[in-house]
Amino acid sequence: MSSILSVKGVNKRFGGLQALGDVNLDVAENSCHAIIGPNGAGKSTLLNVLVGKLIPDSGSVVFDGQSVLGRQPHEINQMGISRVFQTPEIFADLSVMENMLIPCFAKRDGAFKMKAIGAVFGERDMVQKAEEMLAEVGMLEKRDMVASSMSRGDKRRLEMAMCLVQDPRLLLLDEPTAGMARADTENTIELLKTIRRERGITMAIIEHDMNVVFSLAERITVLAQGTPLVEDIPDNIKGHPKVREAYLGEAQV
Amino acid sequence: MTDQTTQTPLAKPAPAKSGLFGLEGKDATLLLVVFALVVFAPFILNPFPEGSGMAQFNAGYPDLMQRFVIFGIFAIGFNILFGLTGYLSFGHAAFLGVGSYAAMWSMKLFTLNVIPGIFFAIIVAGLFAAAVGYISLRRSGIYFSILTLAFAQMSYALAYSVLTPLTGGETGLQIKNTDNPLLSSIPEGEIGRANLFGAQMGSSYEMSVGSWLFTFNLGYYIAALFMLIAFYLSIRIFRSPFGMMLRAVKSNQQRMNYTGLTPKTYTLYAFIISGMYAGLAGGLMVAMDTQVGPERMFWTASGEVVIMAILGGAGTLIGPVLGAGAIKYMENILSKINKDVLHQWFAFLPEGMENVMVEVANIFVGKQWHFTLGIVFMLVVIFLPGGLVEGAQRVTARFRRKKSTSNTPAE
Repeated sequence: MSSILSVKGVNKRFGGLQALGDVNLDVAENSCHAIIGPNGAGKSTLLNVLVGKLIPDSGSVVFDGQSVLGRQPHEINQMGISRVFQTPEIFADLSVMENMLIPCFAKRDGAFKMKAIGAVFGERDMVQKAEEMLAEVGMLEKRDMVASSMSRGDKRRLEMAMCLVQDPRLLLLDEPTAGMARADTENTIELLKTIRRERGITMAIIEHDMNVVFSLAERITVLAQGTPLVEDIPDNIKGHPKVREAYLGEAQV
Repeated sequence: MTDQTTQTPLAKPAPAKSGLFGLEGKDATLLLVVFALVVFAPFILNPFPEGSGMAQFNAGYPDLMQRFVIFGIFAIGFNILFGLTGYLSFGHAAFLGVGSYAAMWSMKLFTLNVIPGIFFAIIVAGLFAAAVGYISLRRSGIYFSILTLAFAQMSYALAYSVLTPLTGGETGLQIKNTDNPLLSSIPEGEIGRANLFGAQMGSSYEMSVGSWLFTFNLGYYIAALFMLIAFYLSIRIFRSPFGMMLRAVKSNQQRMNYTGLTPKTYTLYAFIISGMYAGLAGGLMVAMDTQVGPERMFWTASGEVVIMAILGGAGTLIGPVLGAGAIKYMENILSKINKDVLHQWFAFLPEGMENVMVEVANIFVGKQWHFTLGIVFMLVVIFLPGGLVEGAQRVTARFRRKKSTSNTPAE
């Protein structure tokens, strides 16, 4: 399988702290790749490099044959990378439907389009697309709710729907179940599994929760002190002595 | 049942474009209501017969009615920026002033017809807003507000001093008898007057019914027409994809960025549009009363439009218009009430009581009307964060609840 995202020799230093040291990583197309590691391993830094929020000191990040370095977050999104945040980032004051329409318009019209006269809901194609996506994640009956009034789990679901409606080529997930109740976590895992199965979207997932990682990932990279320790399939990671030492030793499996 | 509820919305076709100029339901009603209010304002604002004790509360004279609609436009435009994107500009009076100067020069040099002047005002204010917005929008929150305030005060200072050849400095600009516009022929030595294809702004038709006197002023109706257009456009902007993006800017810029959008560009365009609205208001001011001075750009004028928007209800369609009306009414009506008037009101009381009541009431009227405005503003912000519009909504909600409880539950 060819790799859709390839990170080569990335270094990032914050003052005296080597946040990322010579990180090499390949995410294969149509796979779910998890990046795990103890706190301070550089997971979030790596993610921020991937989405253009941070520029590494050296190294390259290539997505689908094009470098992402030096591009703005909105340009990287347009290349086909969508990001799900640790705490759901949605348009809290807007209705669920409007939350869905915004990514639809962004996908069709690009970074900016002055369309100040036509009515939002007169755009039938967009409305239909948004409704289909909402139906897919089981939120159609909530379409007119104000987004902020929903449960944490629903907000997460909405955020994912907002990413998916843009048909991304790579979905980045930053601890998608952090701070969630057990039931919401199970729901989210189910949702992600369904998305993987039915849409075949490539996912890169950063996660603390081993349950989530082992039920989703097809490949796992273990990061420790800014450097990849091991990369392998889940079964081999579980028993790997180096990983136990660096990570699993301090957490429950 | 569950299947049905999930299926129906998909099957239901999107609402067809219909209604009044592409507006639907509530919006069309709102536009019609505003249209009726504006057209019949000379009646509505003059409810008290001439010569009666209450006649001083009549607001139906041309000068004040013009101010209502002009400041209405100013506040509608301001609301497109502040109400939708949440960016609080504290320098919008600069665009009002620039629009006024531009319209003034159009009348001095080009033609005394107000239409080119007004369009010139919109364009120049828009360009100025583009420059100010481009720089100010590099920051957000309080820093953005301070930057816009700085620009406005700079414009004021420049108009007052360095740019005197262009702005007339302290005395401002008027049409003089030496002005001879390119397209208007004015007899030697006479002062030209602003007009619309020959009809003068000041011309009025007075209608007296019994002891009531109603004034229909051409200038007012021209300004009112512009205000209706401005209001209609603002409804369309609110309901458009562009308007939705502006609300997204207020809600979550981070998510916008990661959705492939550039919130800054959207905000800049909102800034320019609201600057053009301010320019239109400034141009109309000059059309109604051919003079302009730098004080039009002073920071208190910028603050006034902020108060208008918040008092009426920022982010609502009609709120800013109501806020502008309320403030201009207080400014012009309340400030005219003096001690003599108060003595008349309380004349029925015994001498001592009368004097006490007059002294107490005098705190709130006349030159002290700002005090009343301050109290009203505080009460609204504390008890009705959504402004006068929220107040109206609460009243109607309570009314409806009473109605529904008194009736047997329907459906």
